[in-house]
Amino acid sequence: MSDLLKVSSNPHIRSKATTGSIMGAVVVGLLPATFFGVYNFGLHALILVLVTVASAVLTEYIYELLMKKPITVGDLSATVTGLLLALNLPPEAPLWIGVVGSVFAILVVKMLFGGLGQNFMNPALGARCFLLISFASIMTNFDCDAYTGATPLAALKAGESVNVMNMITGRIGGTIGETSMIAIVFGACILIMLDVIDLRIPGTYIVSFVIFIVLFSGRGFDSAYISAQLAGGGLMLGAFFMATDYVTRPITKRGQYVYGIFLGILTGIFRLFGPGAEGVSYAIIIGNLLVPLIEKITLPKAFGKGGERA
Amino acid sequence: MNSAGERLYNGIVKENPTLVLMLGMCPTLAVTTSAINGLGMGLTTMVVLAMSNAIISLLRNIIPDKVRIPAFIVIIASFVTVVQMVLQAYLPTLNDALGLYIPLIVVNCIILGRAEAYASKNPVIPSFFDGVGMGLGFSVSLTCIGAIREILGAGEVFGVHIMPASYVPFSIFVMAPGAFFVLAVLTALQNKVKINGEKKGRDMSKIQSGCSSDCMNCADSGCSHRFYGESKEGEVK
Repeated sequence: MSDLLKVSSNPHIRSKATTGSIMGAVVVGLLPATFFGVYNFGLHALILVLVTVASAVLTEYIYELLMKKPITVGDLSATVTGLLLALNLPPEAPLWIGVVGSVFAILVVKMLFGGLGQNFMNPALGARCFLLISFASIMTNFDCDAYTGATPLAALKAGESVNVMNMITGRIGGTIGETSMIAIVFGACILIMLDVIDLRIPGTYIVSFVIFIVLFSGRGFDSAYISAQLAGGGLMLGAFFMATDYVTRPITKRGQYVYGIFLGILTGIFRLFGPGAEGVSYAIIIGNLLVPLIEKITLPKAFGKGGERA
Repeated sequence: MNSAGERLYNGIVKENPTLVLMLGMCPTLAVTTSAINGLGMGLTTMVVLAMSNAIISLLRNIIPDKVRIPAFIVIIASFVTVVQMVLQAYLPTLNDALGLYIPLIVVNCIILGRAEAYASKNPVIPSFFDGVGMGLGFSVSLTCIGAIREILGAGEVFGVHIMPASYVPFSIFVMAPGAFFVLAVLTALQNKVKINGEKKGRDMSKIQSGCSSDCMNCADSGCSHRFYGESKEGEVK
């Protein structure tokens, strides 16, 4: 009998995917947006990206060395955090902004809460909001050699007209990685094909955002306005690369739909009724904080539990 | 155990109200935007704490047990009113900076906590110094938090510019989140010092921390005994 019946404890299904391979895929997915940002904004943007990524990795390494913990920089998660943060910085930001942001993201938001998998908030977005509050004038100054003046989203908010085509290709001012909708969606397609992310969160996020805009912007179904709202600001980057962060999204499928819809509505509220033109990062951070609650109410019932009582 | 010096040391270091007992968090987080505000709040609280502790201790055998809390509050509120009038008269800028938090000293849990846990059970002189010690501990913590926030958030301390001109201040530190960051780091340092002391074999059992922090409604009776063990010993003597 013992030859026929093998008993082992779970997990029974194993995957070849490791943290390193998933994070590596995310880095690849972010590369199109990064390359476009560098092409768009020039050499300083490239240096800023490299410095930010390097300081994120270095912070994690030094912290783990000092705290005598296993060194985990090889899993590339710090690289992803640094890269995401860099893509959220204005192209002309001084280099120390990237360093301060990386140290805050890794040290305060990630490592102090227990490292990868324990952080309650997306480290890159936490750091971006930290920088935004601390250094508002630097973080909202998108003037650079190529583009000056208000970002399209700010112009849109002020009621001016914008060139939607430029917004989709990315020939506009903004943070390093958020301008080109095409590059971001291309990178996201790579991730979707590699099965690293799926459309559940980005899809519900974007669709509910569009519905909110149609209902409450007072412009009805104005396709130019809607596409400008979609292509402008950090919505695409946020929806595909930050809302889908494995650590800070809900793990239940129904929870992911709830989360996506919540983010869409919140982003719409911030953009239409908030004082600023952009609200994606704050929306995702607030969504992150609600994830434990969302998971609690959407937890699937175990087989045999629940249902009608006889 | 009840000498004046011991009470001062207890208040400032061993049972520091902010960093060890975690009491009085509301003024701690709200008014420490600068070192001078922290110091002003701390000293104002100290005066009220010392005076109300002394009076409550004097009246401890007269106040009926059932209405002791309202009685304490009446005494505390009287002193807060006096102190606020003094501040309005002589330090109007500090009064404006502290604003609502001066009347709120009435319900400061450090003051009520010390009245309940110490002054109502102990003689006048130790109670007075218990109030001074706790008040100084509160002042020291608040001044530290305020100074760190002011240095990081504005590049100044007590209004004097000390950081190099190229320093760009982290304005988040003078906003609400900065208070949480600084308080958390200082509390962590305090715990670290304590743990290191234990490792070196020093007896740290008298330094309490890490409980649910609400001593008045603490469900862990063993904990409250540890906390106020000294006070009870004093009572027996």
